[in-house]
Amino acid sequence: MGDLILGIETSCDETAAAVVERASTVRSSVVNSQVDLHARFGGVVPEVASRAHVELMVPVVAEALLAAGLEGPEVDAVAATTGPGLVGSLLVGVTAAKSLALVWDVPFVSVNHLEAHLYAAFLEEPDLELPLVVLLVSGGHTMLVLMEGHGKYRLLGSTLDDAAGEAFDKVARYLGLDYPGGPAIDALAMEGDASAFKYPRALVQENPATLPDDRRFAFSFSGLKTAVVNHVRNEPDVAAADVAASFQEAVVDALVTKARWAVEATGAKGLCLGGGVAANSRLRERFLDVCMETGVRAFLPSRAMCTDNAAMVAAAGWWRLQSDGPSPLDTGANPNWALPLLP
Amino acid sequence: MLILGIESAGSQVGCAIGGHEGVLASAHTGRGRRHAESLTPQMDFVRKQAGIEFSDLGAIAVDVGPGLYTGLRVGITAGVSLAHALGVPMIGVCSLDLLAFPARWTNRLIVTALDARRGELFTALFRKVPGGVQRVREAQVCTPEELATELMDLDEPSLLVGDGALRYAETFASVKKIEMAEQGLASPSARSLVQLAHARAMREEFVQSWEIKPIYLRQPDAEINWATRGDQS
Ligand SMILES: [Zn+2]
Repeated sequence: MGDLILGIETSCDETAAAVVERASTVRSSVVNSQVDLHARFGGVVPEVASRAHVELMVPVVAEALLAAGLEGPEVDAVAATTGPGLVGSLLVGVTAAKSLALVWDVPFVSVNHLEAHLYAAFLEEPDLELPLVVLLVSGGHTMLVLMEGHGKYRLLGSTLDDAAGEAFDKVARYLGLDYPGGPAIDALAMEGDASAFKYPRALVQENPATLPDDRRFAFSFSGLKTAVVNHVRNEPDVAAADVAASFQEAVVDALVTKARWAVEATGAKGLCLGGGVAANSRLRERFLDVCMETGVRAFLPSRAMCTDNAAMVAAAGWWRLQSDGPSPLDTGANPNWALPLLP
Repeated sequence: MLILGIESAGSQVGCAIGGHEGVLASAHTGRGRRHAESLTPQMDFVRKQAGIEFSDLGAIAVDVGPGLYTGLRVGITAGVSLAHALGVPMIGVCSLDLLAFPARWTNRLIVTALDARRGELFTALFRKVPGGVQRVREAQVCTPEELATELMDLDEPSLLVGDGALRYAETFASVKKIEMAEQGLASPSARSLVQLAHARAMREEFVQSWEIKPIYLRQPDAEINWATRGDQS
Protein backbone atom coordinates (compact mmCIF):
# COMPACT_ATOMS: atom_id res chain seq x y z
CA MET A 1 0.00 0.00 0.00
CA GLY A 2 1.23 3.45 -0.89
CA ASP A 3 2.85 5.83 1.51
CA LEU A 4 2.07 9.30 0.16
CA ILE A 5 -1.20 10.56 1.61
CA LEU A 6 -2.98 13.77 0.67
CA GLY A 7 -4.92 14.93 3.73
CA ILE A 8 -7.82 17.39 3.65
CA GLU A 9 -9.29 19.18 6.68
CA THR A 10 -12.38 21.41 6.65
CA SER A 11 -14.18 20.58 9.90
CA CYS A 12 -14.37 24.15 11.21
CA ASP A 13 -12.86 27.39 9.96
CA GLU A 14 -9.52 26.30 8.52
CA THR A 15 -9.24 25.08 4.96
CA ALA A 16 -6.21 22.80 5.00
CA ALA A 17 -4.40 20.29 2.80
CA ALA A 18 -1.14 18.42 3.34
CA VAL A 19 0.99 15.67 1.88
CA VAL A 20 2.53 13.28 4.39
CA GLU A 21 4.74 10.26 3.78
CA ARG A 22 4.32 7.17 5.97
CA ALA A 23 2.51 9.19 8.65
CA SER A 24 5.84 10.71 9.68
CA THR A 25 7.39 12.95 7.03
CA VAL A 26 5.42 16.11 6.31
CA ARG A 27 6.10 16.93 2.66
CA SER A 28 3.79 19.95 2.75
CA SER A 29 1.14 21.43 5.03
CA VAL A 30 -1.02 24.35 3.94
CA VAL A 31 -3.52 25.92 6.34
CA ASN A 32 -5.73 28.78 5.23
CA SER A 33 -7.35 30.18 8.33
CA GLN A 34 -10.63 32.04 7.92
CA VAL A 35 -10.21 33.71 11.30
CA ASP A 36 -10.42 37.20 9.74
CA LEU A 37 -13.75 36.35 8.13
CA HIS A 38 -15.31 35.37 11.45
CA ALA A 39 -13.62 37.86 13.78
CA ARG A 40 -16.30 40.55 13.51
CA PHE A 41 -18.98 38.01 14.44
CA GLY A 42 -17.02 36.95 17.55
CA GLY A 43 -17.16 33.29 16.56
CA VAL A 44 -17.36 30.89 13.65
CA VAL A 45 -20.44 31.40 11.48
CA PRO A 46 -21.19 28.05 9.76
CA GLU A 47 -22.62 29.49 6.53
CA VAL A 48 -19.72 31.93 6.18
CA ALA A 49 -17.27 29.07 6.81
CA SER A 50 -18.90 26.79 4.23
CA ARG A 51 -18.84 29.50 1.57
CA ALA A 52 -15.16 30.18 2.19
CA HIS A 53 -14.24 26.47 2.10
CA VAL A 54 -15.75 26.14 -1.40
CA GLU A 55 -13.61 28.99 -2.69
CA LEU A 56 -10.41 27.95 -0.93
CA MET A 57 -10.51 24.16 -1.24
CA VAL A 58 -8.94 23.57 -4.63
CA PRO A 59 -6.36 26.40 -4.38
CA VAL A 60 -5.24 25.00 -1.00
CA VAL A 61 -4.97 21.45 -2.38
CA ALA A 62 -3.07 22.77 -5.41
CA GLU A 63 -0.63 24.60 -3.15
CA ALA A 64 -0.06 21.53 -0.96
CA LEU A 65 0.67 19.37 -4.00
CA LEU A 66 2.97 21.99 -5.50
CA ALA A 67 4.88 22.43 -2.24
CA ALA A 68 5.32 18.65 -2.04
CA GLY A 69 6.64 18.63 -5.61
CA LEU A 70 3.76 16.52 -6.88
CA GLU A 71 1.40 16.73 -9.84
CA GLY A 72 -1.38 14.85 -8.07
CA PRO A 73 -1.77 11.36 -9.54
CA GLU A 74 1.38 10.19 -7.66
CA VAL A 75 -0.52 10.45 -4.40
CA ASP A 76 -1.30 6.97 -3.02
CA ALA A 77 -4.48 7.83 -1.11
CA VAL A 78 -6.65 10.81 -0.19
CA ALA A 79 -7.81 11.22 3.41
CA ALA A 80 -10.36 13.73 4.68
CA THR A 81 -11.90 14.63 8.01
CA THR A 82 -15.51 13.43 7.90
CA GLY A 83 -16.42 14.38 11.47
CA PRO A 84 -16.97 15.68 14.06
CA GLY A 85 -17.41 19.28 12.96
CA LEU A 86 -19.72 21.65 11.09
CA VAL A 87 -21.64 19.58 8.58
CA GLY A 88 -21.59 22.15 5.75
CA SER A 89 -17.85 22.63 6.15
CA LEU A 90 -17.09 18.91 6.42
CA LEU A 91 -19.01 18.18 3.20
CA VAL A 92 -16.73 20.42 1.16
CA GLY A 93 -13.59 18.55 2.23
CA VAL A 94 -15.17 15.10 1.96
CA THR A 95 -16.46 15.85 -1.54
CA ALA A 96 -13.13 17.21 -2.74
CA ALA A 97 -11.27 14.21 -1.31
CA LYS A 98 -13.63 11.64 -2.79
CA SER A 99 -13.58 13.36 -6.21
CA LEU A 100 -9.77 13.42 -6.31
CA ALA A 101 -9.52 9.80 -5.14
CA LEU A 102 -11.95 8.77 -7.87
CA VAL A 103 -10.12 10.57 -10.68
CA TRP A 104 -6.68 9.42 -9.54
CA ASP A 105 -8.01 5.91 -8.91
CA VAL A 106 -6.58 5.71 -5.38
CA PRO A 107 -8.23 4.85 -2.03
CA PHE A 108 -10.28 7.40 -0.11
CA VAL A 109 -9.90 7.33 3.68
CA SER A 110 -12.42 8.78 6.12
CA VAL A 111 -10.74 10.28 9.22
CA ASN A 112 -12.12 11.21 12.64
CA HIS A 113 -10.98 14.73 13.53
CA LEU A 114 -10.29 13.84 17.16
CA GLU A 115 -8.18 10.85 16.16
CA ALA A 116 -6.30 13.16 13.79
CA HIS A 117 -5.44 15.43 16.75
CA LEU A 118 -3.99 12.37 18.57
CA TYR A 119 -1.77 11.67 15.58
CA ALA A 120 -0.38 15.20 15.41
CA ALA A 121 2.20 14.29 18.07
CA PHE A 122 3.51 11.26 16.16
CA LEU A 123 4.26 13.33 13.10
CA GLU A 124 7.23 14.69 15.00
CA GLU A 125 7.91 11.72 17.31
CA PRO A 126 7.10 8.70 15.14
CA ASP A 127 8.07 5.93 17.61
CA LEU A 128 5.24 5.36 19.99
CA GLU A 129 5.55 4.13 23.51
CA LEU A 130 2.31 2.56 24.63
CA PRO A 131 0.14 2.86 26.54
CA LEU A 132 -0.11 6.59 26.26
CA VAL A 133 -2.33 9.12 27.97
CA VAL A 134 -3.63 11.79 25.61
CA LEU A 135 -4.95 15.12 26.83
CA LEU A 136 -7.07 16.52 24.01
CA VAL A 137 -8.14 20.13 24.50
CA SER A 138 -9.84 22.32 21.92
CA GLY A 139 -12.73 24.70 21.44
CA GLY A 140 -15.12 21.77 21.12
CA HIS A 141 -13.53 19.04 23.25
CA THR A 142 -11.70 18.44 26.50
CA MET A 143 -10.89 14.82 27.21
CA LEU A 144 -8.37 12.39 28.63
CA VAL A 145 -7.90 9.29 26.52
CA LEU A 146 -5.84 6.18 27.14
CA MET A 147 -4.30 5.04 23.85
CA GLU A 148 -3.44 1.33 24.03
CA GLY A 149 -2.51 0.94 20.38
CA HIS A 150 -3.23 2.38 16.95
CA GLY A 151 -6.95 3.05 16.83
CA LYS A 152 -7.40 1.58 20.34
CA TYR A 153 -8.70 4.20 22.73
CA ARG A 154 -10.35 4.24 26.13
CA LEU A 155 -12.03 7.38 27.36
CA LEU A 156 -10.84 8.21 30.87
CA GLY A 157 -12.88 11.38 31.26
CA SER A 158 -14.17 14.45 29.47
CA THR A 159 -15.71 17.81 30.27
CA LEU A 160 -19.12 17.84 31.94
CA ASP A 161 -19.98 21.26 30.51
CA ASP A 162 -17.84 23.72 28.53
CA ALA A 163 -14.75 22.71 26.61
CA ALA A 164 -11.58 24.47 27.82
CA GLY A 165 -11.29 26.42 24.57
CA GLU A 166 -14.90 27.53 24.90
CA ALA A 167 -14.16 28.88 28.39
CA PHE A 168 -11.17 30.79 26.98
CA ASP A 169 -13.37 32.31 24.27
CA LYS A 170 -16.16 33.31 26.66
CA VAL A 171 -13.85 34.90 29.22
CA ALA A 172 -11.94 36.69 26.46
CA ARG A 173 -15.16 38.11 25.07
CA TYR A 174 -16.15 39.25 28.55
CA LEU A 175 -12.79 40.97 28.97
CA GLY A 176 -13.33 42.70 25.62
CA LEU A 177 -10.40 40.88 23.97
CA ASP A 178 -10.19 40.14 20.27
CA TYR A 179 -11.45 36.92 18.73
CA PRO A 180 -10.13 34.22 18.88
CA GLY A 181 -9.98 34.29 22.68
CA GLY A 182 -7.33 31.63 23.35
CA PRO A 183 -4.29 33.41 21.90
CA ALA A 184 -5.59 36.75 23.27
CA ILE A 185 -5.72 35.44 26.85
CA ASP A 186 -2.38 33.70 26.43
CA ALA A 187 -0.76 37.00 25.40
CA LEU A 188 -2.45 39.13 28.06
CA ALA A 189 -1.68 36.59 30.80
CA MET A 190 2.05 37.05 30.18
CA GLU A 191 1.73 40.54 31.63
CA GLY A 192 -0.38 39.44 34.61
CA ASP A 193 0.05 37.74 37.97
CA ALA A 194 -1.30 34.19 37.89
CA SER A 195 -1.60 34.10 41.69
CA ALA A 196 -3.51 37.39 41.93
CA PHE A 197 -6.87 35.65 42.31
CA LYS A 198 -7.72 32.15 43.43
CA TYR A 199 -10.45 31.03 41.03
CA PRO A 200 -12.15 27.66 41.60
CA ARG A 201 -10.73 24.40 40.18
CA ALA A 202 -13.69 22.07 39.83
CA LEU A 203 -13.28 18.36 40.60
CA VAL A 204 -9.67 18.88 41.68
CA GLN A 205 -8.63 17.97 45.23
CA GLU A 206 -5.68 16.66 47.23
CA ASN A 207 -6.53 13.00 46.87
CA PRO A 208 -8.04 11.77 43.59
CA ALA A 209 -9.40 8.67 45.35
CA THR A 210 -11.97 10.81 47.13
CA LEU A 211 -13.66 11.58 43.81
CA PRO A 212 -16.23 9.15 42.39
CA ASP A 213 -14.93 7.00 39.51
CA ASP A 214 -16.91 8.83 36.84
CA ARG A 215 -15.64 12.22 38.01
CA ARG A 216 -11.99 11.43 38.67
CA PHE A 217 -10.77 12.33 35.19
CA ALA A 218 -13.67 14.64 34.32
CA PHE A 219 -13.45 18.41 33.85
CA SER A 220 -15.84 21.28 34.48
CA PHE A 221 -15.22 24.88 33.45
CA SER A 222 -18.61 26.56 33.63
CA GLY A 223 -18.26 27.38 37.38
CA LEU A 224 -14.85 28.91 36.73
CA LYS A 225 -16.20 30.99 33.87
CA THR A 226 -19.06 32.26 36.06
CA ALA A 227 -16.66 33.06 38.92
CA VAL A 228 -14.46 35.14 36.60
CA VAL A 229 -17.42 36.97 35.06
CA ASN A 230 -18.90 37.76 38.51
CA HIS A 231 -15.54 38.94 39.78
CA VAL A 232 -15.07 41.37 36.89
CA ARG A 233 -18.66 42.56 37.20
CA ASN A 234 -18.19 43.34 40.90
CA GLU A 235 -14.76 44.84 40.45
CA PRO A 236 -14.80 46.59 37.06
CA ASP A 237 -11.42 48.27 37.65
CA VAL A 238 -9.54 45.04 38.25
CA ALA A 239 -6.41 44.54 36.13
CA ALA A 240 -7.48 42.47 33.11
CA ALA A 241 -4.00 40.94 32.81
CA ASP A 242 -4.24 39.54 36.35
CA VAL A 243 -7.71 38.17 35.65
CA ALA A 244 -6.50 36.54 32.42
CA ALA A 245 -3.42 35.04 34.09
CA SER A 246 -5.36 33.75 37.12
CA PHE A 247 -8.12 32.31 34.94
CA GLN A 248 -5.62 30.62 32.63
CA GLU A 249 -3.79 29.20 35.64
CA ALA A 250 -7.02 27.67 36.97
CA VAL A 251 -7.78 26.01 33.61
CA VAL A 252 -4.23 24.74 33.18
CA ASP A 253 -4.14 23.53 36.78
CA ALA A 254 -7.20 21.38 36.28
CA LEU A 255 -5.90 20.02 32.96
CA VAL A 256 -2.42 19.05 34.12
CA THR A 257 -3.56 17.73 37.53
CA LYS A 258 -5.94 15.30 35.87
CA ALA A 259 -3.34 14.37 33.26
CA ARG A 260 -0.91 13.52 36.08
CA TRP A 261 -3.53 11.44 37.87
CA ALA A 262 -4.25 9.61 34.63
CA VAL A 263 -0.58 8.77 34.12
CA GLU A 264 -0.27 7.54 37.71
CA ALA A 265 -3.48 5.50 37.58
CA THR A 266 -2.76 3.81 34.24
CA GLY A 267 1.00 3.38 34.38
CA ALA A 268 1.24 5.01 30.96
CA LYS A 269 4.70 5.37 29.41
CA GLY A 270 3.97 8.65 27.73
CA LEU A 271 1.79 11.72 27.90
CA CYS A 272 0.58 13.38 24.74
CA LEU A 273 -1.00 16.79 24.27
CA GLY A 274 -3.30 17.64 21.38
CA GLY A 275 -5.95 20.08 20.16
CA GLY A 276 -6.02 23.83 19.60
CA VAL A 277 -5.64 24.76 23.29
CA ALA A 278 -2.38 22.78 23.28
CA ALA A 279 -0.88 25.85 21.63
CA ASN A 280 -1.30 27.72 24.95
CA SER A 281 2.13 28.67 26.36
CA ARG A 282 1.33 28.06 30.02
CA LEU A 283 -0.26 24.67 29.29
CA ARG A 284 2.80 23.60 27.29
CA GLU A 285 5.11 24.65 30.12
CA ARG A 286 3.16 22.86 32.85
CA PHE A 287 2.62 19.82 30.62
CA LEU A 288 6.38 19.39 30.30
CA ASP A 289 6.74 19.78 34.08
CA VAL A 290 4.30 16.93 34.66
CA CYS A 291 6.17 14.70 32.20
CA MET A 292 9.47 15.46 33.96
CA GLU A 293 8.07 14.85 37.43
CA THR A 294 6.32 11.59 36.53
CA GLY A 295 9.21 10.40 34.36
CA VAL A 296 7.06 9.67 31.30
CA ARG A 297 7.88 10.59 27.74
CA ALA A 298 6.37 13.85 26.50
CA PHE A 299 4.63 13.96 23.11
CA LEU A 300 4.18 17.66 22.53
CA PRO A 301 3.38 18.69 18.96
CA SER A 302 4.62 22.00 17.62
CA ARG A 303 2.06 24.80 17.81
CA ALA A 304 1.26 24.55 14.10
CA MET A 305 0.39 20.87 14.54
CA CYS A 306 -1.83 21.52 17.59
CA THR A 307 -4.27 23.77 15.81
CA ASP A 308 -6.35 22.29 13.00
CA ASN A 309 -4.23 21.18 10.05
CA ALA A 310 -4.31 18.50 7.37
CA ALA A 311 -0.96 16.83 8.10
CA MET A 312 -2.50 15.20 11.17
CA VAL A 313 -5.42 14.07 9.01
CA ALA A 314 -3.05 12.51 6.50
CA ALA A 315 -1.14 10.79 9.33
CA ALA A 316 -4.30 9.37 10.92
CA GLY A 317 -5.49 8.42 7.43
CA TRP A 318 -2.33 6.41 6.76
CA TRP A 319 -2.85 4.39 9.96
CA ARG A 320 -6.55 3.89 9.23
CA LEU A 321 -5.72 2.71 5.74
CA GLN A 322 -3.31 0.11 7.18
CA SER A 323 -5.85 -1.15 9.70
CA ASP A 324 -9.25 -0.76 8.00
CA GLY A 325 -8.52 -0.32 4.29
CA PRO A 326 -10.23 2.27 2.07
CA SER A 327 -13.53 3.91 2.99
CA PRO A 328 -16.50 3.63 0.61
CA LEU A 329 -17.17 6.39 -1.93
CA ASP A 330 -20.67 6.92 -0.55
CA THR A 331 -19.20 8.18 2.74
CA GLY A 332 -20.78 11.45 3.87
CA ALA A 333 -20.11 13.83 6.74
CA ASN A 334 -20.75 12.72 10.32
CA PRO A 335 -20.95 15.98 12.32
CA ASN A 336 -21.32 14.24 15.71
CA TRP A 337 -18.85 11.41 15.19
CA ALA A 338 -17.29 10.54 18.55
CA LEU A 339 -13.75 9.20 18.93
CA PRO A 340 -14.03 5.46 18.22
CA LEU A 341 -13.53 3.83 21.65
CA LEU A 342 -12.78 0.28 22.75
CA PRO A 343 -15.84 -1.50 24.13
CA MET B 1 -15.70 16.95 -26.92
CA LEU B 2 -16.86 14.84 -23.99
CA ILE B 3 -18.31 16.70 -21.03
CA LEU B 4 -19.18 15.50 -17.54
CA GLY B 5 -22.03 17.48 -15.99
CA ILE B 6 -22.87 17.69 -12.29
CA GLU B 7 -26.24 18.94 -11.11
CA SER B 8 -26.90 19.21 -7.38
CA ALA B 9 -28.60 22.55 -6.79
CA GLY B 10 -32.07 21.14 -6.21
CA SER B 11 -33.45 18.36 -4.07
CA GLN B 12 -31.99 15.84 -6.53
CA VAL B 13 -28.40 15.11 -7.42
CA GLY B 14 -27.40 14.03 -10.89
CA CYS B 15 -24.46 13.39 -13.14
CA ALA B 16 -24.20 12.83 -16.89
CA ILE B 17 -21.58 12.42 -19.61
CA GLY B 18 -22.19 13.45 -23.19
CA GLY B 19 -20.79 15.01 -26.32
CA HIS B 20 -21.79 15.77 -29.88
CA GLU B 21 -23.68 12.46 -30.15
CA GLY B 22 -25.81 13.40 -27.16
CA VAL B 23 -25.90 12.05 -23.63
CA LEU B 24 -23.96 8.79 -23.28
CA ALA B 25 -24.89 8.03 -19.67
CA SER B 26 -26.65 9.70 -16.80
CA ALA B 27 -27.78 9.07 -13.22
CA HIS B 28 -30.15 10.95 -10.93
CA THR B 29 -30.97 10.36 -7.29
CA GLY B 30 -33.90 11.91 -5.52
CA ARG B 31 -33.21 10.80 -1.98
CA GLY B 32 -33.22 14.07 -0.07
CA ARG B 33 -30.11 15.59 1.44
CA ARG B 34 -27.72 12.85 0.47
CA HIS B 35 -25.95 14.75 -2.30
CA ALA B 36 -22.42 14.18 -0.98
CA GLU B 37 -23.03 10.47 -0.42
CA SER B 38 -24.57 9.86 -3.85
CA LEU B 39 -22.52 12.04 -6.16
CA THR B 40 -19.13 10.27 -6.13
CA PRO B 41 -20.60 6.78 -6.77
CA GLN B 42 -22.72 8.37 -9.53
CA MET B 43 -19.64 9.84 -11.22
CA ASP B 44 -17.97 6.42 -11.03
CA PHE B 45 -21.06 4.67 -12.46
CA VAL B 46 -21.70 7.16 -15.25
CA ARG B 47 -18.06 7.09 -16.32
CA LYS B 48 -18.13 3.30 -16.58
CA GLN B 49 -21.51 3.24 -18.34
CA ALA B 50 -20.30 5.77 -20.87
CA GLY B 51 -17.33 3.49 -21.52
CA ILE B 52 -14.72 6.20 -21.23
CA GLU B 53 -11.78 7.16 -19.01
CA PHE B 54 -11.83 10.35 -16.95
CA SER B 55 -8.84 11.47 -19.04
CA ASP B 56 -11.11 11.43 -22.12
CA LEU B 57 -13.13 14.35 -20.72
CA GLY B 58 -12.58 17.74 -22.31
CA ALA B 59 -14.55 19.85 -19.86
CA ILE B 60 -16.54 19.70 -16.63
CA ALA B 61 -19.93 21.42 -16.39
CA VAL B 62 -21.64 22.34 -13.14
CA ASP B 63 -24.91 23.87 -12.08
CA VAL B 64 -23.81 27.03 -10.27
CA GLY B 65 -27.20 27.77 -8.71
CA PRO B 66 -29.19 29.42 -7.37
CA GLY B 67 -30.17 26.43 -5.28
CA LEU B 68 -30.05 24.79 -1.88
CA TYR B 69 -26.70 25.82 -0.46
CA THR B 70 -25.31 22.56 0.82
CA GLY B 71 -26.12 20.59 -2.32
CA LEU B 72 -24.86 23.40 -4.49
CA ARG B 73 -21.53 23.42 -2.68
CA VAL B 74 -21.16 19.65 -3.00
CA GLY B 75 -21.66 19.78 -6.77
CA ILE B 76 -19.38 22.75 -7.31
CA THR B 77 -16.63 21.31 -5.09
CA ALA B 78 -16.77 18.00 -6.95
CA GLY B 79 -16.72 19.81 -10.30
CA VAL B 80 -13.76 22.07 -9.56
CA SER B 81 -11.84 19.17 -7.98
CA LEU B 82 -12.33 17.09 -11.11
CA ALA B 83 -11.46 19.95 -13.46
CA HIS B 84 -8.33 20.73 -11.47
CA ALA B 85 -7.19 17.11 -11.31
CA LEU B 86 -7.78 16.60 -15.03
CA GLY B 87 -6.48 20.00 -16.08
CA VAL B 88 -9.60 20.76 -18.12
CA PRO B 89 -11.75 23.92 -18.31
CA MET B 90 -15.25 24.32 -16.92
CA ILE B 91 -18.67 25.54 -17.94
CA GLY B 92 -21.00 26.94 -15.28
CA VAL B 93 -24.73 26.96 -15.99
CA CYS B 94 -27.46 28.61 -13.94
CA SER B 95 -29.98 26.17 -12.42
CA LEU B 96 -32.93 28.19 -13.73
CA ASP B 97 -31.57 28.01 -17.30
CA LEU B 98 -31.46 24.23 -16.84
CA LEU B 99 -35.03 24.23 -15.65
CA ALA B 100 -36.24 26.30 -18.62
CA PHE B 101 -34.29 24.37 -21.27
CA PRO B 102 -36.54 21.24 -21.52
CA ALA B 103 -39.59 23.56 -21.78
CA ARG B 104 -38.18 25.30 -24.87
CA TRP B 105 -40.99 24.00 -27.13
CA THR B 106 -43.67 26.19 -25.62
CA ASN B 107 -44.72 29.54 -27.08
CA ARG B 108 -45.65 30.64 -23.58
CA LEU B 109 -43.50 32.72 -21.28
CA ILE B 110 -41.40 30.20 -19.32
CA VAL B 111 -41.48 30.98 -15.59
CA THR B 112 -38.96 28.98 -13.58
CA ALA B 113 -39.43 28.67 -9.81
CA LEU B 114 -37.15 26.53 -7.65
CA ASP B 115 -38.02 25.97 -4.00
CA ALA B 116 -35.60 28.16 -2.02
CA ARG B 117 -37.04 27.01 1.38
CA ARG B 118 -38.04 29.57 4.04
CA GLY B 119 -41.19 30.31 2.04
CA GLU B 120 -39.24 31.72 -0.91
CA LEU B 121 -38.51 30.85 -4.54
CA PHE B 122 -35.58 31.29 -6.89
CA THR B 123 -37.14 32.58 -10.09
CA ALA B 124 -36.32 33.83 -13.58
CA LEU B 125 -38.35 34.35 -16.78
CA PHE B 126 -37.46 32.93 -20.21
CA ARG B 127 -38.68 32.92 -23.77
CA LYS B 128 -37.84 30.40 -26.47
CA VAL B 129 -35.35 31.37 -29.17
CA PRO B 130 -34.02 29.19 -32.02
CA GLY B 131 -32.04 26.34 -30.42
CA GLY B 132 -32.82 27.15 -26.81
CA VAL B 133 -34.17 29.70 -24.37
CA GLN B 134 -33.27 33.26 -23.51
CA ARG B 135 -33.63 34.91 -20.15
CA VAL B 136 -35.98 37.89 -20.16
CA ARG B 137 -35.82 38.57 -16.42
CA GLU B 138 -32.76 37.92 -14.24
CA ALA B 139 -32.67 35.38 -11.42
CA GLN B 140 -33.95 36.63 -8.08
CA VAL B 141 -35.29 35.35 -4.82
CA CYS B 142 -38.92 36.24 -3.98
CA THR B 143 -42.01 34.92 -2.25
CA PRO B 144 -44.66 32.95 -4.18
CA GLU B 145 -47.04 35.88 -3.64
CA GLU B 146 -44.58 38.32 -5.19
CA LEU B 147 -44.15 36.07 -8.22
CA ALA B 148 -47.94 35.68 -8.56
CA THR B 149 -48.33 39.46 -8.56
CA GLU B 150 -45.57 39.84 -11.16
CA LEU B 151 -47.35 37.32 -13.42
CA MET B 152 -50.74 38.98 -12.95
CA ASP B 153 -49.21 42.29 -14.06
CA LEU B 154 -47.60 40.67 -17.10
CA ASP B 155 -50.93 39.00 -17.95
CA GLU B 156 -49.64 36.71 -20.66
CA PRO B 157 -49.80 32.97 -21.32
CA SER B 158 -47.15 31.40 -19.07
CA LEU B 159 -45.76 27.99 -18.27
CA LEU B 160 -44.69 27.55 -14.64
CA VAL B 161 -41.78 25.12 -14.20
CA GLY B 162 -40.05 23.84 -11.06
CA ASP B 163 -40.54 22.23 -7.68
CA GLY B 164 -41.23 25.66 -6.17
CA ALA B 165 -44.09 26.24 -8.63
CA LEU B 166 -45.61 22.88 -7.70
CA ARG B 167 -45.16 23.41 -3.97
CA TYR B 168 -47.02 26.72 -4.04
CA ALA B 169 -49.51 25.73 -6.78
CA GLU B 170 -52.39 27.14 -4.70
CA THR B 171 -50.85 30.61 -4.73
CA PHE B 172 -50.77 30.56 -8.52
CA ALA B 173 -54.25 29.00 -8.98
CA SER B 174 -55.94 32.39 -9.24
CA VAL B 175 -53.47 33.78 -11.80
CA LYS B 176 -55.04 33.69 -15.29
CA LYS B 177 -53.44 32.15 -18.43
CA ILE B 178 -51.09 29.98 -16.38
CA GLU B 179 -50.20 26.40 -17.07
CA MET B 180 -48.25 24.17 -14.70
CA ALA B 181 -45.45 22.04 -16.09
CA GLU B 182 -45.46 18.41 -15.02
CA GLN B 183 -43.50 16.83 -12.17
CA GLY B 184 -40.97 15.31 -14.60
CA LEU B 185 -39.66 18.79 -15.41
CA ALA B 186 -39.65 20.02 -11.80
CA SER B 187 -35.89 19.64 -11.15
CA PRO B 188 -32.87 20.76 -13.17
CA SER B 189 -31.33 17.73 -14.87
CA ALA B 190 -27.75 16.74 -15.52
CA ARG B 191 -28.82 15.64 -19.02
CA SER B 192 -29.93 19.18 -19.86
CA LEU B 193 -26.73 20.47 -18.31
CA VAL B 194 -24.56 18.37 -20.61
CA GLN B 195 -26.61 19.39 -23.67
CA LEU B 196 -26.45 23.09 -22.81
CA ALA B 197 -22.78 22.90 -21.86
CA HIS B 198 -21.91 21.15 -25.11
CA ALA B 199 -23.44 23.99 -27.11
CA ARG B 200 -21.36 26.45 -25.11
CA ALA B 201 -18.24 24.32 -25.50
CA MET B 202 -18.68 24.52 -29.30
CA ARG B 203 -18.60 28.30 -28.90
CA GLU B 204 -15.57 27.88 -26.59
CA GLU B 205 -17.33 29.61 -23.73
CA PHE B 206 -15.12 28.08 -21.05
CA VAL B 207 -14.04 29.34 -17.67
CA GLN B 208 -11.25 28.12 -15.39
CA SER B 209 -12.08 26.22 -12.20
CA TRP B 210 -11.20 29.17 -9.96
CA GLU B 211 -13.68 31.37 -11.84
CA ILE B 212 -16.63 29.15 -10.92
CA LYS B 213 -18.63 30.90 -8.18
CA PRO B 214 -21.87 29.67 -6.64
CA ILE B 215 -24.89 31.95 -7.13
CA TYR B 216 -26.41 32.21 -3.65
CA LEU B 217 -28.74 35.24 -4.14
CA ARG B 218 -28.89 35.58 -0.34
CA GLN B 219 -26.35 36.79 2.21
CA PRO B 220 -25.65 34.52 5.19
CA ASP B 221 -28.02 35.46 8.06
CA ALA B 222 -25.07 36.55 10.19
CA GLU B 223 -24.02 39.06 7.50
CA ILE B 224 -27.54 40.46 7.32
CA ASN B 225 -27.80 40.76 11.10
CA TRP B 226 -24.37 42.32 11.30
CA ALA B 227 -25.12 44.82 8.53
CA THR B 228 -28.46 45.86 10.05
CA ARG B 229 -27.51 45.92 13.72
CA GLY B 230 -26.46 49.58 13.42
CA ASP B 231 -29.96 50.53 12.26
CA GLN B 232 -31.61 48.86 15.22
CA SER B 233 -29.53 50.29 18.02
ZN1 LIG C 1 -9.62 20.45 16.01
